[in-house]
Amino acid sequence: MDKMTKLLKLLEKTDSIEINEFRMDFEELELQIVPAVQQAIKKSKQQREKEMLEALKFVPPIESYPGSVTEVQLGAGKRKSVYLGGQTALYRFEEPQPNPPVVTFDVFDIPMPGLPKPIREHFEDVMDHPGDWAKKAVKEFGANMVTIHLIGTGPKVMDKTPRQAAHDIEEVLQAVDVPLVIGASGDPKKDPIILEAAAQAAEGERCLLASANLDLDYKRVAKAAVDYNHAVLSWAITDVNMQKTLNRYLMKEGLTPADIVMDPTTCALGYGIEFSIDVITRTRLGALKGDTDLQMPMSSGTTNAWGSREAWMKNGNWGPTEYRGPIWETITGLTLMLCGVDIFMMLHPASVKILTEIGNTFTKEYMTTDLPDISGWITELEN
Amino acid sequence: MRATVMDIYRLLPKTNCGKCGEASCMAFATKLSEKEADISLCTQMTDKEREKLEDALAPAVREIVIGTGEKAITIGGDDVLYRYELTFYNPTPLVIEVSDDLTDEEFEKKVKTAEETEFERTGETLKLNAIAVRNKSGNTQKFVEAVKKVKDSKLALVLCTFDPETMKAALEIVGDQRPLIYGATEYNLQNMADLAMEYDCPITLFVPHNLEKMKELSYSLRSEGIKDIVLDPGTFVKGGTGDTLDEFKMIRRLAVEQRDPDFRFPIMGVPAIYWLIGKESEVEKGIREAVTAAKLMNSYADILIIHGTEIWELIPVLTLRQSLYTDPRKPQAVEPGLYEFGELDESSPVMLTTNFALTYYTVEGDLKSGNANCYLLVLDTNGRAVDVSVAGNQFNGKAVAELVKEAGIEGKVNHKTLIIPGLGAPVSGEIEDESGWEVLVGPRDSSAAPDFLVKLKQEAK
Ligand code: B12
Ligand code: SF4
Repeated sequence: MDKMTKLLKLLEKTDSIEINEFRMDFEELELQIVPAVQQAIKKSKQQREKEMLEALKFVPPIESYPGSVTEVQLGAGKRKSVYLGGQTALYRFEEPQPNPPVVTFDVFDIPMPGLPKPIREHFEDVMDHPGDWAKKAVKEFGANMVTIHLIGTGPKVMDKTPRQAAHDIEEVLQAVDVPLVIGASGDPKKDPIILEAAAQAAEGERCLLASANLDLDYKRVAKAAVDYNHAVLSWAITDVNMQKTLNRYLMKEGLTPADIVMDPTTCALGYGIEFSIDVITRTRLGALKGDTDLQMPMSSGTTNAWGSREAWMKNGNWGPTEYRGPIWETITGLTLMLCGVDIFMMLHPASVKILTEIGNTFTKEYMTTDLPDISGWITELEN
Repeated sequence: MRATVMDIYRLLPKTNCGKCGEASCMAFATKLSEKEADISLCTQMTDKEREKLEDALAPAVREIVIGTGEKAITIGGDDVLYRYELTFYNPTPLVIEVSDDLTDEEFEKKVKTAEETEFERTGETLKLNAIAVRNKSGNTQKFVEAVKKVKDSKLALVLCTFDPETMKAALEIVGDQRPLIYGATEYNLQNMADLAMEYDCPITLFVPHNLEKMKELSYSLRSEGIKDIVLDPGTFVKGGTGDTLDEFKMIRRLAVEQRDPDFRFPIMGVPAIYWLIGKESEVEKGIREAVTAAKLMNSYADILIIHGTEIWELIPVLTLRQSLYTDPRKPQAVEPGLYEFGELDESSPVMLTTNFALTYYTVEGDLKSGNANCYLLVLDTNGRAVDVSVAGNQFNGKAVAELVKEAGIEGKVNHKTLIIPGLGAPVSGEIEDESGWEVLVGPRDSSAAPDFLVKLKQEAK
């Protein structure tokens, strides 16, 4: 090819050319190149304009995900059902969640003198009876679910027997028609036995057994869930790999992803919440990217927040605990809700109210809510 | 997407001359990618090459400085969507808004609160960072008076008015302090842009609930040559929460993943809006404002304007900020060894804790506020809390025995009694066997430690 054809070929493919050292005689240029260059320049201008318009256009950054979160049903038989999970995207503007996050109120099988005052004052009158306690949580404070902690079964607490535990469960089942989470005392030897008895007492009601972890006989817990139709809380301590391992073990015992909820551990605000943020975020991204060992909804033991001294300790310089406690619990839960947690175990009615209100917006489509006019906030906001 | 180590390496001279202090260009590239080295350390590049590298290394979100000298605060600078991928930079400043319609006394009081509020946590003093003067009155003279009053404040300034005339009058007074202009809207864009150029100040673009328009206006500002832009897509609360979260997340995703030049700027949230929308009691609004601040900070807000100044409202927000911005690549640990509290002699008690920063500083705070006199041995658990390290076996008899020996405590006291945290009880026997010291199991929470020491002393008498 001669120089000319080469150049023309080049021009066909490029929008712009940089001419560094290029010589050509006038005639040739005028005759052949000019129309070609003009055309190229014209095309490139149009192209550039088009590109610019394109760049100016706002396009929501929606991604597609190969994986999704399994939907887990809690509550069956005489219970209303509640559904957890089911997300097919990370953010609402991509695809709203099919189910809003859910709150489950903590209730105990013993009066719990150790509960912080801001909580005790709401439940003082019902603490002797877990059934009444659960009823109040549902009737007065709108609980979607109730968690009955069988703390009294702890060998160092009251050492209640499996039979007594089963009795407490029956009492709560009678009192309310919401789904239950059933927790034991945290004793690795006794917990599986207690959970088994409780599972039997609640046969067919599809409760969430809390919890199975690697430090106890998780096979027994899994079996109880399979035998009596419940789901299992799979608890790993802020470690994605531990979580995957445990989930796989549980599935080997006959549970399916629709029977498992994960608890990646809630470190409270100021007490390692960043560990929980990282692990929960990674877990949810893992699920959406298609990791089948992580495609279950997640739970948060948000009540851990009450263990933080900023929540309970009297200190004149920090203001009243009355406000600090609920804020601590709310922000702990909220932070993890924004990372993808689906169900929250909580204690204070005010925290529950705020969290539910925010969570309920997660199922709405972007741009479908009427928003107030805030454009004049500088002058309209009170002093 | 962020430049990878390979991308950076390609832009370096690749001579491995070692002048930067690293063994090779590759090593230097790794450091640059983690933001642990400065480009200027490589002296082997031409200006043009350096410029190219700087551009490749520029964070997805532009870093913007508000204020000058001692007052200066930096916002933005983030490069990732999730903190575990790297770390988040430049903790979100909390800006306290002060209305120009307050009485002198109220005004002064609020400014003072903004300047003096402090909260100690894990060895860090957490503070508020700037003052936003708000043209509530709508009156130019009043705004100017208010701005004059904060001219010498020790905090950086944000000037809030949509009226360019009023803004100009304020800039005539503090324009040399690099205040953040708030804000440009679709109605005053040109005039505000001119002011930002004239006074070389960063400017906020306020376009509530309309990212299409925001992109357009951001483009306009950039075309004017303005570089330091802050984006406020509007803070909506209650039912509007979802839309606001969507918008914050879209902006940041466009910046980090698509490097969309119109959105590569810090985002502003205005939790103060709760006081406009909410109908609850003052206390309830304070709680909701704190929750709104937390919500936005968790969703990429790079700067927040707050109305309430109650300490119980600010503590949780400051704490969240501290948590979100700790560097996940570094263990939060203090130097292990022997620490001293109060007045000491040979009979002073000896306590033990771990070198997790949160644990150490909590214990330190308790010992100080309780005026305790004691030695404190700090065990190297690789920055783990007491029960964590008991469970992980970094807190064990051998390690404690070694610490006792190395710290030289045996030459300082005439007894051999070690007080360990209540949560360390499971290893008390082990410690006795390995160290030859007698172990006393202390309270579970260190807030009870000073009283525990007082009681011990009384019992000894
Ligand atoms: C955050 C966290 C982690 C983080 C670590 C953070 C860190 N840097 O330490 C990570 C994710 C890494 C982690 C890992 C593990 N963790 Co973890 N973790 C927690 C969590 C949520 C909070 C710990 C914390 O920060 N506490 C706050 C600090 C300030 O408390 P502290 O150090 O105990 O100090 C207080 C007291 O001890 C006392 N005190 C301290 N010093 C002194 C001194 C004296 C003289 C006195 C009197 C008092 C005193 O006062 C302090 C203030 O209150 C707890 C659960 C909880 N407690 O809420 C579980 C927990 C501690 N972890 C647990 C476990 C099992 C583990 C793992 C073993 C999990 C595993 N199987 O891999 C690993 C171990 C890792 C290792 N060591 O190698 C268990 C421990 C159970 C047990 N007691 O046996 C816990 C209790 C969770 C549980 N309920 O099961 N964990
Ligand atoms: S100074 Fe520059 S050229 Fe020399 S080793 Fe370092 S990065 Fe490479």
